[in-house]
Formats: sequence, C-alpha cells, structure tokens
Amino acid sequence: MGTYVIRIPDIGEGIAEVELVAWHVAAGDTVSEDQLVADVMTDKATVEIPCPVDGKVISLGGEVGQTLAVGAELLRLQVEGAGNLREGDDAAPSAAAAAPAQAASQTQSQAAPPPPAAAPDPEPAPKAEPAQQTASAEPHVPSSPTSATESERPPRQRVTPRRASERPLASPAVRRRALDLGIELRFVQGSGPAGRIMHEDLADFVARGGQLHAGGSGTGYEKRQGEQTIPVIGLRRMIARKMQHAKRQIPHFAYVEEVDVTELEKLRQTLNARHAGSRGKLTLLPFLVRAMVLALREFPQINARYDDEADVVTRFAAVHMGVATQTPNGLMVPVVQHAEALDLWSCAQGIAEVAAAARSGKASRDTLTGSTITITSLGPLGGIVSTPVINHPEVAIVGVNRMVERPMLQDGRVVPRLLMNLSSSFDHRVVDGMDAAQFIQSMRTRLETPALLFAE
Amino acid sequence: MKEITTRLLVIGGGPGGYVAAIRAGQLGVSTVLVETSELGGTCLTIGCIPSKAMIHAARQFEHAAQSAGGSPLGIRAGQPSIDITQTVQWKDGIVSRLTGGVGTLLRKAGVKVIKGWAQVQDGKTVTVQAKDGESMRVQCEHLLLATGSEPVELPMAPFGGAVVSSTELLSPVDLPRHLVVVGAGYIGLELGIAYRKLGADVTVVEAENTILPRYDAELTKPVLQSLKRHGITLHLDCSMEGHDERTGVHIRNAQADQIAIDADRVLVAVGRRPRSSGNGIESLQLRMDGHFIAVDDRCQTSMRSVWAIGDVTGEPMLAHRAMAQGVVVAEQIAGQNRRFQPLSIPAVCFTDPEIVTAGLSAAQAEDAGVDCIQGTFPFAANGRAMTLQSTAGFVRVIARRDNHLILGWQAVGQDVSELAAAFSQSMEMGAQLEDIAGTIHAHPTLGEAVQEAALQALGQALHI
Repeated sequence: MGTYVIRIPDIGEGIAEVELVAWHVAAGDTVSEDQLVADVMTDKATVEIPCPVDGKVISLGGEVGQTLAVGAELLRLQVEGAGNLREGDDAAPSAAAAAPAQAASQTQSQAAPPPPAAAPDPEPAPKAEPAQQTASAEPHVPSSPTSATESERPPRQRVTPRRASERPLASPAVRRRALDLGIELRFVQGSGPAGRIMHEDLADFVARGGQLHAGGSGTGYEKRQGEQTIPVIGLRRMIARKMQHAKRQIPHFAYVEEVDVTELEKLRQTLNARHAGSRGKLTLLPFLVRAMVLALREFPQINARYDDEADVVTRFAAVHMGVATQTPNGLMVPVVQHAEALDLWSCAQGIAEVAAAARSGKASRDTLTGSTITITSLGPLGGIVSTPVINHPEVAIVGVNRMVERPMLQDGRVVPRLLMNLSSSFDHRVVDGMDAAQFIQSMRTRLETPALLFAE
Repeated sequence: MKEITTRLLVIGGGPGGYVAAIRAGQLGVSTVLVETSELGGTCLTIGCIPSKAMIHAARQFEHAAQSAGGSPLGIRAGQPSIDITQTVQWKDGIVSRLTGGVGTLLRKAGVKVIKGWAQVQDGKTVTVQAKDGESMRVQCEHLLLATGSEPVELPMAPFGGAVVSSTELLSPVDLPRHLVVVGAGYIGLELGIAYRKLGADVTVVEAENTILPRYDAELTKPVLQSLKRHGITLHLDCSMEGHDERTGVHIRNAQADQIAIDADRVLVAVGRRPRSSGNGIESLQLRMDGHFIAVDDRCQTSMRSVWAIGDVTGEPMLAHRAMAQGVVVAEQIAGQNRRFQPLSIPAVCFTDPEIVTAGLSAAQAEDAGVDCIQGTFPFAANGRAMTLQSTAGFVRVIARRDNHLILGWQAVGQDVSELAAAFSQSMEMGAQLEDIAGTIHAHPTLGEAVQEAALQALGQALHI
C-alpha cells in the first residue's frame, strides 16, 4: 500500500492558480484510472482533472470555491504498490492545500516545516495540527484540507410546506371545530409537526378574521420567509471580479445613437432568401461586426488594449471581436479571431461556434482570450438603451438595442422605418468623446447605406 | 291510509340507519325508522356479530380438541364434542341482547320504529306496508337511504338446498361433513376456518390466483400457512361450474380440467351487492356509481334532502363506515356543518390469524406518488405473542419519507384486530413515526410490535 498524491497540473500559459469548482469524489470513494475527480477553473476555462491511477480517496485537498496553486495537492489516494509519496514528504498536503493564492506555493510547500509525526500516516488526524497552524497564518483559506463530511452539514429540514393539492393534516377534534366555524382547513397553515393544524392555529386564523397565515400556502399573497446563501464561486466570482475591476479602473462614458436599419434589414432578408439554404441564416450581428471592422480602420485608437499599469495603449491591426454570451453559468466573452478577414457568413458561423463552445463549457483558452473590442447584443430583449461595461483591458464596447418599427418623417411624409439604437461605452482615459462619436457615426453611415459595408 | 309526518325518515335499521336515527333523535329531530326484519341489520343479525360468535366457539372447540391430543402446555382433556344447536342458541342470545339494546336506544332517543316494507314514492314520500298489516304513508323533510347490501348469488349455483349464503351458515341445524366455500374473500375464509375447527372438511374455491385478493402477499402468507396447517384444501384459479346434490360441486381449473368435489354444503361468498333497487329507490333517478348510490362527502345524493349511507353507497362495505356516516347525516339535518372525511377506515379480517389494515398500503402510497419508508416488526420477536402460542405475523407501518407522517398500518397475527384502534388513532391525529416510537407501549403486549415497527422504520429498532 502506498500513498499517491494528485497535484494541480501546470495548465500552461503562465497560470499560477486555479479555483476548485466541483468535486466528483469524496473521501473513502474508490476511484479508477481516468475517472474524473474534480473540476478546476482557470481564468476562463474549466478543466476536468482525471485520476491517473486506481485507488481509494484518503483526503481531498480543498473545498469547492477554494483557490489552489499549481502544484498544490488536489487529492490523496491510497494505492496498491509504492505510490508517489516518499516518507518524510508528508508535510506536503497540509502546506500545499493551505497555500496562499500566490504563485510561489511550490517553494512554500517545500519550505514548510516537517510534520510533528514523521511517519507517513495516511489518516487525516495527524494533519489537523499543521493545517490549523497554516490556516491561522493565512486566514483566507478554509481551516482544514479534509473535506466537509455529510454529517457536519445541518440536517435537512423535515417540515415542508403543504402543497395546494395536499390534504390538510388535523386531528378529528380540530376538523370538527373547523366545520363548526365554517372554516376550510386547506386555508389554514399548521404549526404542528409535519404541518399538523392545531387548535391554536385555528384560533389564530379566526383572530385574524380568516386572513391567511403568514407563510401560508396555496395563495400568491402570503408573506414568505427564509433566505438562501449562494456562495459566489467559479465563473460567477470571475465575472464579479472582472466587472468590479472594469468599473473601478475605467472612467466609462456612454454614447447612444439611433440607426435606421430599414435598408439593412431588407438586405439581410434578401440574402437569407437567396443563401440561407446553402450558407446558413444571417442575423443582424455579422453586419454590425462588419460595420465595426470598417469604422475601426478610421479609429484605430478604439481597437486597442490599455495596460494602465505600464501606461501603454496597444492598437491592433486585427479585429478580434469579443462576443458577450450568456451561458448557463453566467456571462462569458468568447472571441471571434480576425473578424476583419471574415465575410458575413464566415462571421456568422464564427460567432455561432464560439458562442456554442462557451455555452457548453468546452471553450478553449484561445477562444476566451485576446479580444480587442467587444459587441454585446440581447436581441429582442435589447431594450432602448444600455450602458455596457467595457471588457477590461479593452477600451470600447458596442451594445445593440432592440429593433422597432416606427413612423418617421421623410421628405415631409410619414413613413414606417425600422430603427435600432447602438449603446456604446468607451474608456475616456484613452478615447476622446469626439473620436467615439465619429466612430459610431461611421458605423451608422455604413449601416444605413449597407452598400458601404462592401465598397470601401 | 294512515299519514305520518316526520322530519327524518330512515330506511334500514342496520348500523348506519339506527346510529343516524339515534343521533338525530338525541338532537331533537323527529325521526321514523323503517326496518324490514330485525334491528341491527346484517351486522348484528347475520354478519359481524354472529360470525364472531361462531368463530369464537370454533376456537374454543379447537383448543379443547388439541388438549385431548395432549397439548405442549401440559393440559390433558377428554375428546370434546359440540352441540351445535346450543352453540347457535348462545349466538342468538348475544344477537338478541344487542338488537334489543338497539331498540331500547332508539326508544330512548324518541325514534319511532316501524317494522315493515318501505316503498319510496318520491324524495319526500314513502309508503310502508307494516308487518302487522297496516299500511301507511310517511311524509318527511329528509329521507335517509340505509338499505345495506346482500350476498351475491351465482347463476350456476343459486341459493337453496345445500347451496347457502353466510346467513344460513351462521345458524346451522347440523354440521356439514364437507363444506365447499366458493370465494376466498374474508367472509369465505372466516367461516371456512371456523367450520374446519368445528370438525368439517373444508375446501375453498377461488377464481383468482390468491386468497384475500385485496391484501398483499406478505400479509396473506400467514393465513395461507394456517389454512394448510388446518388441512383446508385450496383450489385457486378455479371457476365455479355448478352444483348438484348427487355429484357435488363442479369447478374448472386454469388448465380447463373439470373437477368434481363431493360436498354436502356449499357456501357462496363471492361478494355483496347494494340494495339500491326494488323498493322504489330507482324511481328517484339518483346519480349512481355503478350499482351504488353516488354520494358526496356530506353523504348527500344527487337529490336535495335525500341522503344515503353505508353499504348502499359503496366500498368499503363496513359497519363502522356506515355508523360514522350516519352521525354525519344526523348532525347535518340538525343544522350542523359536517363532512365524512376520515383519513382511515380500518378493515379487519377475522381469519386465523387475523389481518387488520388502516390507511394506505405501500403500493397505494406509491401509486399516489408519495415517497415512503416502511418498518416491520414480526411477532416472532414479541414476548406476548410467544405466550399466546402465536408468533406468526407482523406489524408494518408506512410513512412519508420527508416528514415521517404515518400513512398506513398493516398487521397480521392472532388478535391483531384490537390494534385497529391504535392504527386509526395515530393516523387521524396526524402522528409521525417519532410520535409512536416515543410512546411507551405496555409490556408484554402485542401492541409493542406497533412501537417497534415505527422504531424499525426510523432505523432504531431495539428488539430485532
């Protein structure tokens, strides 16, 4: 019997730490080779960690939501044969698991003091002391590297509120009293065990003049109790941090313009009528990307990334278009690379591909990084105006609002036109208001006269 | 024709009708009750009570016979004999004491009882042909139909001669040599076992492939074993073909083989049908539920001020259901707001061993989509059962998994019928498993198995 330790692998690309987002095993489980044991998340991608050997889980290296450094212990297994942990190495689990969210964890764990008992005892008990020591030094880290067991959690609440279809529970005497009072027991909330209606509940109900009990069921007007604590972990924590960073660092200014997309919409429908079968259907988004690509040639300062610590703005010849995408886990921004080199259909396909990858959680790191500007569209939910948050360290974001048909005056006549707002935000540190306005006007001109999208 | 006017007219003096009449009388409602035969109905005169008397007599006789062969208890006695005429007289004594008691109670409550045939004219008018020859017309504000039920006859073996219903079997003039029971329901098995204990050869014929088809196999297994131990022959999956006095009973089994069984008495106990026609009830054009009169949870029929209770309104055809319905109706007529909404109508099968059920079975709970747990405690681990020489059977409880609310009880074993009180009370009070598990049950009693079953469902059983 030996002990085998799985450590956080070096995922590359300079990643120093990962966040633990899910465990697929628990202490005591038997695992087999290639079985997935945990999900960890890097800056944007979720990585599944497989088990390289057969064995039995002794301890888990952290709790969900905890940040672990590359090289830190993820899992400790009992395996047939020698394992990969030499005697005397036993300091690793506690120190590594408790490693601070810094890149230097490797050196730290090696420098950690030897455990009080030198024997490589796989039981979790001896580990508790060093774990607590490190924990007190690093208060941000959960106190114990061993997993929280089921029994430590509060027991599941027994009493569930009665469903509308469920028969009220009351003793025969209470039922008789309710009938005497002309009260339908299904409107009375029971305070007894299993929701049993007691004489007091009936008296309360009468005292309130037959008003529904606070917290009662069977109606939409009851007062509701209870709260739910949701840990902000994983992608949600990433989003929260990015949003906070962007809003704190970047002095945003918003610019909203109305665009007449009547002609553009006609063109879109014509193209779809001709080519939808062979090339796929077009939404408005590829046209907007095309308009941005062209307008950005006139305003290269907007297709840029601003390193505000080094005070350097990097302008890009290529347009790597970030596409804000709602996924089941939250907002992600997959990137369509080299949007300037894509025709409408390639662009549409590119957007569909990266969005699907993001939604399924299978987006590669390349797909999720390197954007130079971002577009965000909620389609029919786009509203009138939005104030999008810049995808730091980019300097601009263009938001697309809802398209509506409205009566407009044209040559003295009222005509129906399709109108749509573009709501954009810019980093005022490096983009002047005049430039931003002219950039949006350049887009607008091209969108209102769609031929300009193709004739440069 | 003599005219009588009353507030409430009850047709039928069985447990439903007489209880309704007594309660109505107590509440000051002028009440007339019409009964064709004896007060007390099927239950008191030809059902529950006389059958329990005969079952008790048979049990005593069996004990005596066992002692004659030398019992493990060390009792030695001579070979017993039975004077069945005296047994029937003893039984009739109990019945007449009870029916007489009912009459007294009715009189005390101010109820006018008419012995005779009622013919419903309309929802407020009934003509009665009294037994003493007088005929009268009764006008009522409320009409309560409590006409009960009667044994179903088989067309290929009509009642008469050797073919009898439970009624005749409860007042025998002599004991048959070989009794064939058609129908392995509770009536057939109760009487079949009793007659076997009294010394008759007994053969049971059942069309389905199990005895007591309403109960699950676990519950009926101890009864099945008891039938075998008593030497009762069982023909399952067999249909009744006919009967004649010379060659006996003819049945056909699942393989279509015809079998003739020599029999000098044949009990047909294949079910009971409601008395919902034949006395003018059909002329009311009430909404029906099959042959039963359809009623709501107030026991109202589809006609205003016409009420119905008991066997004539459907399953389960049990006296205690009818009695509870009778109270509900009487109190409503007296102006109170009442409904018939029991959580549990317990059912007892007085076979040997007895079966008692209350509430839902595991299968019923599953059908209702309720996630359930169950606990079982065998009488083999109960001290009292050992001292009664009867360790067959068990108590079982069904409860919701989420809040441990008790949904049902089942038990099989000697004398478990008395547990029905505990079962129903726990459910009507909305007890959880913890309530029963936390109640001290007297030692040594069979009731300890009730507590232990609850403990077992909670994973805390102490004695198993």
